[in-house]
Amino acid sequence: MKEEKIVVTLLGADRVGIVAELTAVLAKYSVNIEDIKQTIMQDYFVMFLLGDLKSTTHSYKEIKEALDAVGEKLKMEIWVQKKDIFDKMHSI
Amino acid sequence: MTLFHTESILETINMIKLHHLDIRTVTLALSLRDCCDEDVKKVGEKIYNKIVKYAKNINAYANELESEYSIPIINRRIAVTPISLVGESCREYDYVYLAKVLDEAAKEVGVNFVGGFGAMVEKGFTKGDMALVESIPEALSKTERICSSINLASSKSGINMDAVLKMSEIVKKTAFLTANADGIGAAKLVCFCNAPQDNPFMAGAFHGIGEPECALNVGVSGPGVVSAAVSALPKNVDLGTLANKIKQIAFKITTTGELIGREMAQRLGVPFGVIDLSLAPTPTPGDSVAGIFQAMGLEHAGAHGTTAALAMLNDAVKKGGIMASSHVGGLSGAFIPVSEDAGMIEAARCGYLTFDKLEAMTSVCSVGLDMICIPGNTPEDTIAGIIADEMAIGMINKKTTAVRVIPVPGKDVGDMAVYGGLLGEAPIIKVNGLSSSGFVRRAGRIPAPIHSLNN
Repeated sequence: MKEEKIVVTLLGADRVGIVAELTAVLAKYSVNIEDIKQTIMQDYFVMFLLGDLKSTTHSYKEIKEALDAVGEKLKMEIWVQKKDIFDKMHSI
Repeated sequence: MTLFHTESILETINMIKLHHLDIRTVTLALSLRDCCDEDVKKVGEKIYNKIVKYAKNINAYANELESEYSIPIINRRIAVTPISLVGESCREYDYVYLAKVLDEAAKEVGVNFVGGFGAMVEKGFTKGDMALVESIPEALSKTERICSSINLASSKSGINMDAVLKMSEIVKKTAFLTANADGIGAAKLVCFCNAPQDNPFMAGAFHGIGEPECALNVGVSGPGVVSAAVSALPKNVDLGTLANKIKQIAFKITTTGELIGREMAQRLGVPFGVIDLSLAPTPTPGDSVAGIFQAMGLEHAGAHGTTAALAMLNDAVKKGGIMASSHVGGLSGAFIPVSEDAGMIEAARCGYLTFDKLEAMTSVCSVGLDMICIPGNTPEDTIAGIIADEMAIGMINKKTTAVRVIPVPGKDVGDMAVYGGLLGEAPIIKVNGLSSSGFVRRAGRIPAPIHSLNN
């Protein structure tokens, strides 16, 4: 079966509860979190999250819409992308 | 990448967000050879049904992929068998009717262009070829989404100068019939030498006769990404290092195109064809091939050295991209359209970029004289001379060359022609005022060139 992994990137002003908001939605949609990294870049909070869609019964579209809503609520920029775009682009 | 590298993720996001990386076009290439019939109405019916059958989901699937990878897929298009071949099976030719059918089918499936309203006439016209060519001005003025391309020359066959002269008349008529929109019809009409048969880019896309039943071809872009990468290098790096950087970026751009192309082909249920790894600029600031020349160290496009910079850029793009895809095709390289590139528009407006310099640049770019606006009163014979020169560059150098010039009705040097969208705008530039008539009206063909003694 084809690997279905997504990378969620969240960028914006740091505040309390960012990770909690995001992970609550992922749990609701049964997306397993495989890795999280976060950093501060030029005063911006940046978070990267690797999610596995293997166990979810929801469509990609539903999950993306729910995550976009989180970005809107937190007033942060959110990118949801299938992981293979990074795998292809950055390795030979 | 085992898990994930945050730097790679941010680099990809920045390429898309800040430097306009996109998939320029997903083009469904479709054979219409099985749509022949003696009755033109039946041909039209078969064409319409076949296009709708194959392409009805093209937009839905492209939108899905945009969402899944967060990368814009700007255009969704269709390329078909040169229509002269399909329409000449009819008892009575009616190519304008077939253009309208193609236009209707394009509207139905929601694509912005259908390419292939064309013919291959490098050695001569069949009756159907001539009827199609004669119908181009009316066909392009009465439709919105049709693009036309005619192959007039090749390295194997020479240049059909009768066709060159005929097309100069057709270009002028087409511009005249769309005078209320600055001759936009001529922006959808291109004359080729050595036309590639799997090109996904308009106006020259068509589905050649050596191609399969159908295929999905992809055109990627990203001049802004190349420009940003070159600008980020120290100013004193040598040209080998510069070329390597361009190759690395071209590789990254192309892998994305390959990924989207294969996914798109799978969803449409058609084979993946080729990826065309062209740097296709848009009028958006920062998405400019001319901007790359400046990043490489030239004051502006048009400076002495521009042809050398373009040659290096074109070659490095191909070298970087070829490794990233199993099948590279189409035009592949750097496009230098004037009206579609903010930096080229500015260079032409300031007088840095002249017609003659553009012609020189076409000897090393991936296409040719593209989206160049010239005075509306330019004589047909002069346009024929322009086309003949460009065909000669392609024929002798064994490369694709093309001419898409627009004689803008009622406008003269210094005026602006405005098309909007991806077609952009351009100042009308000066052409040589000397007569070409005695040469271009001799009739016949320029013989195929010798392929040895390469001096």
